[in-house]
Amino acid sequence: MITEAMGKRSSRTLAVRVLEFYIDGFRRMTVGRTLWKVILIKLFIMFAVLKLFFFQDFLDARFTTDQQKADYVLEQITAPVQAQPALQQGGEL
Amino acid sequence: MIENVNPAMVDWARAQFALTAMYHWIFVPLTLGITWIIAFYHTIYVKTGSEEWKNLTRFWMKLFGINFAIGVATGIIMEFEFGTNWSNYSWMVGDIFGAPLAIEGIAAFFLEATFFAVMFFGWNRVSKRFHLFSTWMVAIGSNLSAVWILVANAWMQHPVGQAFNPQTARFEMHNFADVVFNPVAVSKFTHTTSASMLFAALFIISISSYYLLKGRHVKMAKRSIVVAAVIGLLASGFVGFTGDEAAYEDAQHQPMKLAAFEGLYQGKKNAGLVAFGMINSGKKVGDDQDPFHFEIRVPGILSMLANRKFGSFVPGINDLVYGNAEQGIMGAAEKIEKGRVAIAQLDAYKKATKAGDAASAQAALSLFDQNREYLGYGFLEKPEDAVPPVGLSFNAFHVMVVLGTIFPLVFLAFLYYSYRGTLAEQKWLLAGGTIMFFLGLAAHEAGWIVAEVGRQPWAIQDLLPVTVARSNLTAGTVQTTFFMFLILFTILLVAEVSIMLKQISIGPEEN
Repeated sequence: MITEAMGKRSSRTLAVRVLEFYIDGFRRMTVGRTLWKVILIKLFIMFAVLKLFFFQDFLDARFTTDQQKADYVLEQITAPVQAQPALQQGGEL
Repeated sequence: MIENVNPAMVDWARAQFALTAMYHWIFVPLTLGITWIIAFYHTIYVKTGSEEWKNLTRFWMKLFGINFAIGVATGIIMEFEFGTNWSNYSWMVGDIFGAPLAIEGIAAFFLEATFFAVMFFGWNRVSKRFHLFSTWMVAIGSNLSAVWILVANAWMQHPVGQAFNPQTARFEMHNFADVVFNPVAVSKFTHTTSASMLFAALFIISISSYYLLKGRHVKMAKRSIVVAAVIGLLASGFVGFTGDEAAYEDAQHQPMKLAAFEGLYQGKKNAGLVAFGMINSGKKVGDDQDPFHFEIRVPGILSMLANRKFGSFVPGINDLVYGNAEQGIMGAAEKIEKGRVAIAQLDAYKKATKAGDAASAQAALSLFDQNREYLGYGFLEKPEDAVPPVGLSFNAFHVMVVLGTIFPLVFLAFLYYSYRGTLAEQKWLLAGGTIMFFLGLAAHEAGWIVAEVGRQPWAIQDLLPVTVARSNLTAGTVQTTFFMFLILFTILLVAEVSIMLKQISIGPEEN
């Protein structure tokens, strides 16, 4: 029981030490602060703007099941393309 | 079928992908290569305990951090593009790419969350040995994560270990080992990583040369140069060796690419390699114009490169387009016919399955199977459509090769004058050294063009042309996002360059 308690304490201590390592590392950053700002702004633009408004997945936006997607792609590669008018982003079939 | 495709949309989607990939490719090779050199610097510090080596290591680590931060996640944009602009392709390759890209993502996450943090935050806070171990793990891990992307890319160039499932319209993986140990993947990985090491060595030489010219951080610059030049020289040899392997793989699996980047229209025995020449960009396949305004060839070398045998026959563009019965080469016209049979049988299979006619479905599937390896050709309108842009492929290949020949001489010169102890007096060499980074970047981007433009018109070699891989979108939609990316990438590049230049001007003492 004592060993178990010591084990829990030492693993908690290790977790705290790792956490402190990261917190302290981030706190001491100099150029890193600017870089993190660049990374966060970039990720925001990519995921909250580009992905959301301009880069919807073409098939996901139009079909719900894999079979529907498979049928559509099969149609695309076997049927003459003139029968399929080009679409605007997010347009309906 | 292809005449009905909206070519403007395909061109804009390709331009957008090229823009994204080439921008991403500014950062990736430096990240892959410089981690090794930093690991060597760090090892020397741990062995010697010298504070000067420690400052040197921290300085290059900081520049690496800037490059990594600006470059990180730019590759994700390509995944957005796959889903939006290239949805047919995305759907068809999902089963093949799922595993490698998932492994890459998980490996990158754990690497970045653990060893990156220890490498950057660990100074004086973890043991020297564990810190050094982390630096090496960053080098090994980042290069290993590149394996999976290159496996995916190599599969598009040489689609092995797969079979097309006509029910799901997907290429399904049948043999993971075949995909991972695809000979094209092996040559791509070794060529890319060794070229990245060479590029990182040039980056270090450029900045160190600048310091020596300015008379600043002289000791650090000289030490940085010696290690970088030794690694760069070794990497140069390996780049040459793996480049030879890459050309051999091209000859075996993508002979049209090899013919295009050598401007070889008429196949021949004992074919020569163009050492220097100006290609005639007005030449069209099948016309009588001379392919070159002038050229100097080294006899027999192309045959050796392509087949590992002097005097052997290397097919030219005309042989591959129009066929060469004497050499047993099937022309693109015959492949188009077989491809059209494959598509027609795919359509017949689809209809028979829908109608519940099992016998007809089986018959259609059997005929499809006999012609499936030519599937992609069925989408081409005419044999000449199987030819990539020859001028661009030729110029990109020769820029890459010429620069790749100059770099080892540069490393040798830096090592020679370092050995003589007169490097700081060689202003001409240092001035040249400052631009080496840009030449290295040009060589890398040219290499990307050779690999990706040279394989046109294929998204997947012989199986899926880019005109069919695309989404059914209007050109205007893709144009809008192209210019958005152009602006975003320009801003990010300006941000990187300004942060990087500021740190270079501060130098290592301020760390």
